Amino acid sequence: MLRDIPVPRSPALSRRDFLKAAATASAGLVVAFCLPMAARRAFAQEGNAPAPMIPPNAFVRIAPDNSVTILLKHSEMGQGIWTSLPMVVADELDCDWSRVHVEHAPAAPAYAHTAFGMQMTGGSTSTWESYGQLRQAGATARALLIAAAAQKWNVQPVDCRTHNGFVVSGKHKASYGELADAAAKLPIPNEVALKDARDFTIIGKPMRRLDSKAKVSGTAEFGIDVKRPGMLIALVARPPVFGAKVKSFDAAKAKAVAGVVDVVQVPSGVAVLGKHFWAAKQGRDALVVEWDPGAGAALSTARLLEDYRKLAQKTGVVAKAAGNVDAVLEGAKVIEAEYGVPFLAHAPMEPLNCTVEIGADGCDIYTGTQFQTMDQRTAAAILGLKPEQVRIHTTFLGGGFGRRATPTSDFVAEAVQVAKASGKTVKVVWTREDDIHGGYYRPMWLSRMRATLGADGKPAAWAHTIVGQSILAGTPFAAMLIKDGIDGTSVEGAVDAAYLAAIPAHRVDLHSPTSPVTVLWWRSVGHSHTAFAVEGFLDELAHEAKQDPVAYRRALLPADARERKALDLAVEKFGWGKPLPAGHAAGVAVHASFESYVAQIAEVSVEGDAIKVHRVVCAIDCGPVVNPLTVEAQMQSGIAFGLSAALHSELTLKDGRIEQSNFHNYPVLRLAEMPKIDVHIVPSTDKMGGCGEPGTPPIAPAVANAVFALTGKRLRRLPLRLA
Amino acid sequence: MKLEVNGKQHDVDVPADMPLLWVLRDVIGLTGTKFGCGMAQCGACTVQVDGAAIRSCITPASAMAGKKITTIEGLSADVSHPVQRAWIEADVVQCGYCQSGQIMAASALLAQKPRPTDAEIDAAMSGNICRCGTYQRIRSAVHRASELMVSGGGKEKSHAA
Repeated sequence: MLRDIPVPRSPALSRRDFLKAAATASAGLVVAFCLPMAARRAFAQEGNAPAPMIPPNAFVRIAPDNSVTILLKHSEMGQGIWTSLPMVVADELDCDWSRVHVEHAPAAPAYAHTAFGMQMTGGSTSTWESYGQLRQAGATARALLIAAAAQKWNVQPVDCRTHNGFVVSGKHKASYGELADAAAKLPIPNEVALKDARDFTIIGKPMRRLDSKAKVSGTAEFGIDVKRPGMLIALVARPPVFGAKVKSFDAAKAKAVAGVVDVVQVPSGVAVLGKHFWAAKQGRDALVVEWDPGAGAALSTARLLEDYRKLAQKTGVVAKAAGNVDAVLEGAKVIEAEYGVPFLAHAPMEPLNCTVEIGADGCDIYTGTQFQTMDQRTAAAILGLKPEQVRIHTTFLGGGFGRRATPTSDFVAEAVQVAKASGKTVKVVWTREDDIHGGYYRPMWLSRMRATLGADGKPAAWAHTIVGQSILAGTPFAAMLIKDGIDGTSVEGAVDAAYLAAIPAHRVDLHSPTSPVTVLWWRSVGHSHTAFAVEGFLDELAHEAKQDPVAYRRALLPADARERKALDLAVEKFGWGKPLPAGHAAGVAVHASFESYVAQIAEVSVEGDAIKVHRVVCAIDCGPVVNPLTVEAQMQSGIAFGLSAALHSELTLKDGRIEQSNFHNYPVLRLAEMPKIDVHIVPSTDKMGGCGEPGTPPIAPAVANAVFALTGKRLRRLPLRLA
Repeated sequence: MKLEVNGKQHDVDVPADMPLLWVLRDVIGLTGTKFGCGMAQCGACTVQVDGAAIRSCITPASAMAGKKITTIEGLSADVSHPVQRAWIEADVVQCGYCQSGQIMAASALLAQKPRPTDAEIDAAMSGNICRCGTYQRIRSAVHRASELMVSGGGKEKSHAA
């Protein structure tokens, strides 16, 4: 139960710390509070953590006009936390939901992710990592308002209650706005009582988004919409192949374009600055750059695939093993298959951009970023400033999907370099072609799967060899997150597949080749390839064992597995086994990622060589739910994102150049292809998991398995192609 | 050149081949219309010209003389257009970046076909990409907007079709 989830005690704050936090906000009450760093995941797990101090956070502002402003330390990129996280604060605060405003918080250590120690949004972690923190913030504000009212009326706090933005005691009644100034002068209580989950009035209820009005009226500000005094727009000519360098450039023709103001070289290429985008674009088109291509010019995905296949013949670094796999496979009937996925661009609808304004006292950066702390540090290092002199203003993100979370801060660093080199306030804007060619792709992956079945049809041995570039290698995260040669993000979803427990001999091993291509997390990270391989291959084994795909999975999943609850719900809601329309077939996949458990059943047909997905039934166990509307939206979103990869998108390299450039040859899912998706939430009091990514991994294998059921053709490469 | 945007006259000094999108965004300052692809593939830049949905990223501003251009900012002054209301009701938006274009495409469709079928919605709206995959809620919101429009209300303040 939610009420059983321990929430860390609120340590006392010094008056000075509190005032420091309050000083950053406007008049009224600002609630500052601490979260034990060591608690990390603890408030969503079990056990109490010690409570070391960190600097205070400021999450709640109450103004004299009764408006409540909630500062969001995470970035809103579509996933709905602009609404769901304020719901958590507002429920404990007991304020008037219609008076809640939301702002992105500035970049500051106080807004660090409680598990990762830096300010960031990613890994489907926002809700669980801040749930306890935000409840505490809301409850602390409420306690201070009650204390202020009690003082004012000369009554005991226990004789006061709150309701919808008011404190009431007997005949007394005062709005939060009236009490805010007095409340702000009171000491922060050491401990505040949190609501019993039964008393929640907002958490768990379907609540509409708070950012809709701005987003349907064109007034929501994205990074690309930022305008600063004297600002120029810059486009950067970047290397045509990965790792190439500028040999020389001739700016004469670019400078001759009307509206072009300057051309400057930066580490990533040559920037053309213009009065508006069109001038900068025309200028860049006219720019002449000679590149030193380097070794990257020899790169091709066809060649990479050959290399990966060779590697997969050998056992790599073992990530997980039980029993003697080789001995069991030796001489047995071995089922073998190769699964593969291509490089992918994230292609968020808002092309990357970043505005940089360097002033006498520091630097202001306006951008949609998932990685405030990294960006701040990177910019400070480039400019020779202290991190706190770099002020990050987070706008709405026109999609992120991981691309706006780069350990190198690539698009922010580049904009800072352009501003530094030109001495101008500048907004660097990427074109779609820049985005598709710009690297930081989901890596290309290959999985070699081998298994043999026992007499009962269950796998007796399972060998999964994974080949692909490490995302974390060479980043500041490598030391912490690459262990014994294994980048955990390369094998997630394979080493922790719930089926392995039922397979006496199993092994997952990894080859991590390198290449000049820059790679990055792409919605669902490693799961975007492991779910396809594991769930596809498992379906093959079910077929080999002449068993129903659902029954086969059930037999392998532990009785108490949360995957099983999701699977059972999806099976029930879909009506698995019931007749489908002629020419239709169904496929199933179940996969856990980001601590949520998702089963999907896809109903498909085939017209010519085209795969049509008619319907998807999705069941998720993500533990306690803050906003069911968000969960539904994120499942639909994750499925749509996964369907783009399942049916359409692929990047290929030839002679070091990416062959695709824009949505005409890097197609993504369109409205006419959107299946009817029914989302069902497993009622759950288990550990809270994530929601932004777990909807993506199961859809590709579910569709591929349905195509097999329909046609007998086993498709093992994404995008799925019948011809 | 002279442009009429949302009922207001603008005199802008720009190259004749400059796409309307950049005139709207970088010169006039109406940033609700978005850049997504620059080649009429994604629909983020959709505006209405004399009531028809067009892609402003490939439309030279000079071709717009004497025409009435409506952007998302001109759809209603107070978010009261039935399509906007339906979008809010259906909780459509996610990142929101494509939604100006989606809404301009949907309102143009509904002006032509007040009661569109799913097939007609598919045909009219498939030029607008949403990477967040809000398509299912878009479909239901278009139907809802249709109901709202047929029952009246919200149109009088609009410069749109």
